[in-house]
Amino acid sequence: MSKQLMFVMRRPPYGSIHAQEMLDIIMVSAAFDQDVSLVFLDDGVYQLKNNQNPEASQLKNTAPIFQALELYDVKRLYVEAESLKERGMRESDLMLDVRVLPRQEIVELLNGGEMFFNG
Amino acid sequence: MKFTVQINASPYQYQASDTAYHFICEAIKKGHEIYRVFFYHDGIYNASIRAIPPEDERNVVKRWSNLATQHKVDLVICISAAQRRGLLCDEELKKSGINDPDCAEGFRVSGLGQLVEGVMESDRFLVFG
Repeated sequence: MSKQLMFVMRRPPYGSIHAQEMLDIIMVSAAFDQDVSLVFLDDGVYQLKNNQNPEASQLKNTAPIFQALELYDVKRLYVEAESLKERGMRESDLMLDVRVLPRQEIVELLNGGEMFFNG
Repeated sequence: MKFTVQINASPYQYQASDTAYHFICEAIKKGHEIYRVFFYHDGIYNASIRAIPPEDERNVVKRWSNLATQHKVDLVICISAAQRRGLLCDEELKKSGINDPDCAEGFRVSGLGQLVEGVMESDRFLVFG
């Protein structure tokens, strides 16, 4: 039974292990042929920032995992425009092709979700 | 209604696993089914058999074990989260998926597939912590 799973990513990529362990759930969900969408809000937009260098702090770089998501057929990635703007970021600062949507459309998107993972 | 619950926070430091526990008890009382409780992130410490809280405090680990015994609630510890945090020690037990000596009674160790399967099988999915 396939469900529409929405992963609401609100935390920065480092500082806690949340983002990294959330990626594990995303990949397993995709392996179970679930309908997976990722929505990046607030500090979660930093997860997609290009040119990350966490190795300098001996942390695992999550960027290659995001880049591999397409192979798992995870293709629906949404970023909230306001979250980017509040952090002085642009779409060109992101490592992946995503759909940037205004807050109102993100709300509508989330309203259409079935099961939610937050992290 | 059928519920799957995910718990992400360690016991005592945060109240999340208490809230989850009380929710689960009330849901069972009202006749709902708890399909699975999945412990992830620091939530895996809810299973630590070595936790010995002071006697005048609630015993979170024991409380989960009792719940599993009384109501046959499926308590699952995520193996990758637990391995990372040193909760498991026996390689063979890990492979067989049966109770690990680090885990209290009523808990079993398994993979993230159990979480996703729980979400697929349940009417509602709740995340605490």
